[in-house]
Amino acid sequence: MTYIAKPKFHHPGLPKNELGFTHRDYEGKVSTLCAGCGHDSITGAIIEACFQLSIEPHRVAKISGIGCSSKTPDYFLGNSHGFNTVHGRMPSVLTGANLANRDLIYLGVSGDGDSASIGFGQFAHSIRRGVNMTYIVENNGVYGLTKGQFSATADRGSKSKRGVVNSDSSIDLAAIALQLGASFVARSFSGDKTQLVPLIEAAIRHRGAAFIDVISPCVAFNNHTGSTKSFDYVREHNEAVNRLDVITSRAPIQIEYKPGSVQMVEQHDGTTLALRKLDADYDVHDRLAAQGFLAKHTAKGQVVTGLLYVDPEAEDLHAHLNTVNTPLNSLGTEQLCPGSAALDKINASLR
Amino acid sequence: MKPTDIAAPDYFHKVVDCQWACPAHTPVPEYIRLIAEGRYSDAYMVNWKSNVFPGILGRTCDRPCEPACRRGRVEKDPVAICRLKRVTADYKDDVSGRMPKPMTKNAQNGKRVALVGGGPASLTVARDLAPLGYACTVFDQDPRSGGMMRSQIPKFRLPDAVIDEETGYILDMGIEFIGGKRIDSLKALLAEGYDAVFVGSGAPRGRELDIPGRKEAAKNIHIGIDWLSSVSFGHTTKIGKRVIVLGGGNTAMDCCRSSRRLGGEDVKVVVRSGFEEMKASPWEKEDAMHEDIPILNFLVPKEFTHDNGKLTGVVFEKVKAEYDAKGRRNLVNAGEPDQHIPCDDVLVAVGQENAFPWIERDIGIEFDKWDMPQVDAKTMASTHPGVFFGGDSAFGPKNIIWAVAHGHDAALSIHKLLSGEDITERPLPDVQVSSQKMGIHEWSYDNDISGDKRFRVPMRDKVIALKDIRAEVELGFDPQLAFAEAQRCLNCDVQTVFTSSLCIECDACVDICPMDCITFTANGEETDLRTRLKAPAVNLTQDLYVADGLKTGAVMVKDEDVCLHCGLCAERCPTGAWDMQKYLIDMTHANSSCQQTRSAA
Repeated sequence: MTYIAKPKFHHPGLPKNELGFTHRDYEGKVSTLCAGCGHDSITGAIIEACFQLSIEPHRVAKISGIGCSSKTPDYFLGNSHGFNTVHGRMPSVLTGANLANRDLIYLGVSGDGDSASIGFGQFAHSIRRGVNMTYIVENNGVYGLTKGQFSATADRGSKSKRGVVNSDSSIDLAAIALQLGASFVARSFSGDKTQLVPLIEAAIRHRGAAFIDVISPCVAFNNHTGSTKSFDYVREHNEAVNRLDVITSRAPIQIEYKPGSVQMVEQHDGTTLALRKLDADYDVHDRLAAQGFLAKHTAKGQVVTGLLYVDPEAEDLHAHLNTVNTPLNSLGTEQLCPGSAALDKINASLR
Repeated sequence: MKPTDIAAPDYFHKVVDCQWACPAHTPVPEYIRLIAEGRYSDAYMVNWKSNVFPGILGRTCDRPCEPACRRGRVEKDPVAICRLKRVTADYKDDVSGRMPKPMTKNAQNGKRVALVGGGPASLTVARDLAPLGYACTVFDQDPRSGGMMRSQIPKFRLPDAVIDEETGYILDMGIEFIGGKRIDSLKALLAEGYDAVFVGSGAPRGRELDIPGRKEAAKNIHIGIDWLSSVSFGHTTKIGKRVIVLGGGNTAMDCCRSSRRLGGEDVKVVVRSGFEEMKASPWEKEDAMHEDIPILNFLVPKEFTHDNGKLTGVVFEKVKAEYDAKGRRNLVNAGEPDQHIPCDDVLVAVGQENAFPWIERDIGIEFDKWDMPQVDAKTMASTHPGVFFGGDSAFGPKNIIWAVAHGHDAALSIHKLLSGEDITERPLPDVQVSSQKMGIHEWSYDNDISGDKRFRVPMRDKVIALKDIRAEVELGFDPQLAFAEAQRCLNCDVQTVFTSSLCIECDACVDICPMDCITFTANGEETDLRTRLKAPAVNLTQDLYVADGLKTGAVMVKDEDVCLHCGLCAERCPTGAWDMQKYLIDMTHANSSCQQTRSAA
């Protein structure tokens, strides 16, 4: 790890966003992860996405569990709210926080151990309920903190650094998220920020459970020949279905697209997702087809990336529960506890 | 773009902006690190090797290094390089034992070199040549050596003791100094059978200001450099209460500040140009204004007024600047009435000129239309095979550090000439590049960037300083301040070196770089690439470092402009594709090792 603090000086010509911040203003502390860790690139992508969207840092709550990935919220958005939960319990803490204050932007950061092993159930239920959040799994296929055992997302047949072959079936979190009803599902690669940053931006702007599985090579334990989560393997087997540009209403469309090559997806908040199709037949609105496509390509050893599924009309947990628009934590005692007369009325209606 | 050839000596040299800007190419970051370590003597010797007069230059240099300093592009002010140089001289131990020893007559090579003028250029030539066995003889009109450093720079900026010490190191190498002897004929000097002659006679003539009243009031109108020299040697000890200094260069600043110490109470500097366009260094203007000397601008002197042979004042025409289509400035009448400023004395410091009445025009030395000798900028050779020029006498008035640079070049030429070699063939400098890695995150230099602003040099109290013309105004940094200022240096000589074959394109360097210097992208033309980087590369004077050979076909592009050399790219690189390597360049001097071996062989 690096012992010195990152110098405060920044490039004099750095662009500023609508709030007058540079991307440096979205940083946290210097990473203590191994040099070259894919997770640091994801950190960089989150910083860039929040900068691009001109998000006020104090409007963000970053919540994580345990593991290398779950350490990363310390390295970005140093001025945001944060909660480092017990192992695998990020989804329930996030759900609770979201119910109490629906106005914040929720960023759940987790890893393959945190979400596919100890917290697998938590992951499933937060997706299933449609909590309005961006759920990012930094997926490297190994338990890095305990020196490189296979995790639940390691592919069957892939090799550990010491040459052991994995005999267990792997969990494909993106496929599961699709199955559980996530309204935004994407996969990306830490080594491809041009793909990853817009996906994070779109996920943040999405209302509902947005899930991104980011393959993030572990340079210490899983970046060798025989690994299916290495830089080289992912680059060679990357099957990107589309490229995404996020167009906010404030920033007019700058890019010119060839007709027919682009699918425009309007989101709730007025953002437009411009999808440049790389696979002509792929339809991002067809959940079933997406599941089939994933399964087919995964069987061939390919890593499908891009925006896999989006439901622009999705509703979130608050809509399902029909909660008031005012965040619960801002309601006064009178509204939260209307008195015994009101209780009697409710009781009477149930008799 | 083509991949950058980092093996070319100039590429990394340019990255060390200060060293590149220094005419003598002093390895600045190297000696600043030594200061931080408290190794003042070593830091002094690093300087001494390159610029010969660290104590003198540390007080008086025109510091081309400082405007070039990268720190000035990263934050507001550059590192106080010049005053740190003085620190090495102030706190060093006795270094006389580290100086070359005089050679015995028998050990000498039997070649004799005459040097005309005892200033920085000649002394540099002598210093470079004497240890190689040349018998050097320096002639100067003044009784003591140092040239303009002694005669024209006021003692409150540069005490005699410093000049004595540093000229002493050179003369103690067995160099013959003949003071009080003015060379009146180059022909006669050549006839004395010297193997080579070096002319370092400076630009000794102050420019005249021929306007009405000049002759009548001559008693109270003085030529700046002559007056300064007269003050230096103690012949002039007072001046009138009201003094006008005409001119906007550093000589004018020395004149006005000297006047304040010799009885001038109401001293003004009056310049033709605007304040901003004045030739004087900003810090010298500041020092003058600090001593309550106003600088009046856009005033052109028209006439000296006088009464019975006594100067009464100067009439000025008020002008303004107008720029023509080509951007050239013209000073035109501002349409305001002329101003009369009363005064008792005037010092004219409107420029210096060369004068070579002592060089016969029929001895093979060609002069150009400005009556300047034709001198080759690289070899410092004149059109006479055995005569070389340097310092102000070569290309007109510059400053000490240029004189030193000329001296090194001329000495190399003389050495090559007298070794029977082609003087136009200049050996390449010696370059060393070595990794600074000590451990996983440990470097042999301090890479934690200091956020301090530039420290001010402590000054003597103004009331006391103005009472004594020999009391040095600047007190110099104390060791604590020197350390803090030294820590501001960005170690630009510790280079970021990239090895494509090791790179796995994980982006760690891109993410950590505090200045957004590094980008991995598709290659393109330079103008296009400059717009596609993580931060725009708008400073065209700074190179892009491009490396190809990456697996994805992308190129690594690093904009050198504002790199802090913090080494975080190398710290965060998992494969060692980035390394921090110290680049040391040894400029070719007459005594460079390769030269010695060759002449020995």
